[in-house]
Amino acid sequence: MSALTRTKEKWVLLAPAIIVLSLISLAPFLQTVWASFTDAEITALERNSTWIGFENYAYALTDPDFIAALGRTIYFTVVSVGLEGVLGIAVALLLNQKLRGRLFLRVIIILPWAVPTIVNAVAWRLIYHPDYGALNSLLLQLGLIDEYTSWLGDPDWALNMVILADVWKNFPLVAYIALAALQTIPSDLLKAASIEGAGAWKRFRSITLPWIIGPMMVVLILRTIEAFRVFDIIYVMTRGGPADGTKTASFYVYQEYFSYLRSGSGASYAVLVAGISAVLILAYYAGMRRSSQGV
Amino acid sequence: MTLSKILTAAASVSALLSSAAYADTTLNALFMSQAAYSEDNIKDMTASFEAANPGTKVALEFVPYEALHDKIIAAAGAGDDGYDVVLFDVIWPAEFAERGFLTDVTDRIPSDLNNQIFDGAWTTVGYDDRHFGMPWILDTKYLFYNKEILAKAGFDTPPATWDDVLTQSRAVKDKGLVEYPLVWSWSQSEAMICDFTTLTAANNGTFFVDGEPSFETGGAKAALDYMQTSLHDGLTNPASLEYIEEDVRRVFSSGDAAFAMNWTYMNALVNDPAESQVAGKIGVMAAPGVSGISEASAVNGSMGLGIPSNSPHADEAWAYISHLTQRPVQEEYATLSLPIWKQSYEEAAVTDGQEELVAAADKSIAVMFPRPLVASYTEVSSILQKNIHSALLGQTSSEEALAAAAKRVARIR
Repeated sequence: MSALTRTKEKWVLLAPAIIVLSLISLAPFLQTVWASFTDAEITALERNSTWIGFENYAYALTDPDFIAALGRTIYFTVVSVGLEGVLGIAVALLLNQKLRGRLFLRVIIILPWAVPTIVNAVAWRLIYHPDYGALNSLLLQLGLIDEYTSWLGDPDWALNMVILADVWKNFPLVAYIALAALQTIPSDLLKAASIEGAGAWKRFRSITLPWIIGPMMVVLILRTIEAFRVFDIIYVMTRGGPADGTKTASFYVYQEYFSYLRSGSGASYAVLVAGISAVLILAYYAGMRRSSQGV
Repeated sequence: MTLSKILTAAASVSALLSSAAYADTTLNALFMSQAAYSEDNIKDMTASFEAANPGTKVALEFVPYEALHDKIIAAAGAGDDGYDVVLFDVIWPAEFAERGFLTDVTDRIPSDLNNQIFDGAWTTVGYDDRHFGMPWILDTKYLFYNKEILAKAGFDTPPATWDDVLTQSRAVKDKGLVEYPLVWSWSQSEAMICDFTTLTAANNGTFFVDGEPSFETGGAKAALDYMQTSLHDGLTNPASLEYIEEDVRRVFSSGDAAFAMNWTYMNALVNDPAESQVAGKIGVMAAPGVSGISEASAVNGSMGLGIPSNSPHADEAWAYISHLTQRPVQEEYATLSLPIWKQSYEEAAVTDGQEELVAAADKSIAVMFPRPLVASYTEVSSILQKNIHSALLGQTSSEEALAAAAKRVARIR
């Protein structure tokens, strides 16, 4: 088979996927980008939108509240994904040990991930409740607090408490991917390192981590994309309060569209959020490439 | 109810109903599942409509108040599959009318109804001298007080002014009767704006003058100062900053507060032993005024029923709205929401067992203060919510918070 024929065959085989992706992903994205340069609004009346250039972007980027929301979103993403990574690997290492009830533990650990986000958000809102929340009861009985605390009403705590709820739900996914990767490490390799005198930390840093880094990067990229566009858990738990302390960038996109009905402006916020997500993903890929090249 | 009143009500209903029978139609109707009429109330009202209108079914959907606005907007693009009847708040007609989301029903409303229904109720559905629905829930926030706690603190009468509320609260706190005498719904939400509006009205404040923000000074600032003081002095439950109305009801019903601001629906529930530990010990009054400025204060928290402009069943939808808003139906379900009809307040079905509430309503309805009736209200409110919350959390002063809000409002496109 000639190179030309092989190339044609690749394109023919890829064509269905390209067509489907173009229809469900590329076309809406291009439409959103186009809308972001217009003054389009949500209305039931006949109204033609007008091209206004970069006006929407200028408005968004000079909005101190939106800039603050971007900062909050980056904080949420870094802390949430970071904790999920550390906790996920730690739990995976535990579940990879030969211990009694390992199968049972492997089954129940996935349960938080199986819970719908909305249900998870409602459950944690009840746990944090200032009057009858389980967290207050627990901490009071342990003597760690003197009185019940309004966790979601305190701007110093609210975002961190939402992060905790998000980590609880999503770390099992990271743990499962890490566990699957751990099971591919040849046991001989670890035994040999052990015989050579490498301690647990040295074995983890020099063998385990490099071995699982590829799958971990994939799952952390996925989680980063999800975390950066976080909306639903915040909508249910705090609706952006207190004093906008948990309002993230996606919340602004939603607000511009559905609360203020400025679809053109909302599109510009959405493109900005997607653009920053893309930068984060590229940074991950660059890191992955460097690590695979041993740099 | 006298025969003549029944006939008057029936005539009104007949006039409202634009046609008699509709065949095999299913109406999609959107309601909220908090405050005012309960889900069971609305299901019962709907069942009686369906029984009287064979061939017309109503599919009910209930969402939290916070989701109502966005649901209506999102469904506007659903064509024939959207809603046929929607419940909407008094703060949205300007926005919905300017964008064509609601059907203008002015010509469907008989002119003789104008004087039979309270002006505050008509405000709920009016914009630019047109009507975009029928008022249904005539509501405001009342001041509820625990008579037993006040008596133990040495007060035989409820407070006459907002300053009295603080004075009595201090006495209650000093005697150790409850830790936090006041409870409000001050989460970053519209519920907080309703309390802020009530206090602004009490202080004769304004939101806008000649289209420019006027809430940085005067009555609005006095309102925010009052809110801050009550928190700072430990009189308001600090968890109020996380509460919505149902939280307020629960705390007050547990006997953990001497005063609470809430809507009509709390009156029946807080006096129901199955729902409350303080049943029979509760008084309800119009929110007080400020000495030398006002006698009472109230926010217009009414809601109406409208027909989305994309509904293919406008006639059937209007028949359903007419059924729900008619006097006999409203009088039958008057415990959780008071009727829009003036004459209803003379009917035993409405007044019996809730005389205090009706007396409070009589006073409140007369002074109901509107939130800004502007198309960008949702954004204005959102800005105020954020900045007022900042002030209540102690992140900024009332002056700075309101000035920041005014500056941000001026930036609205």
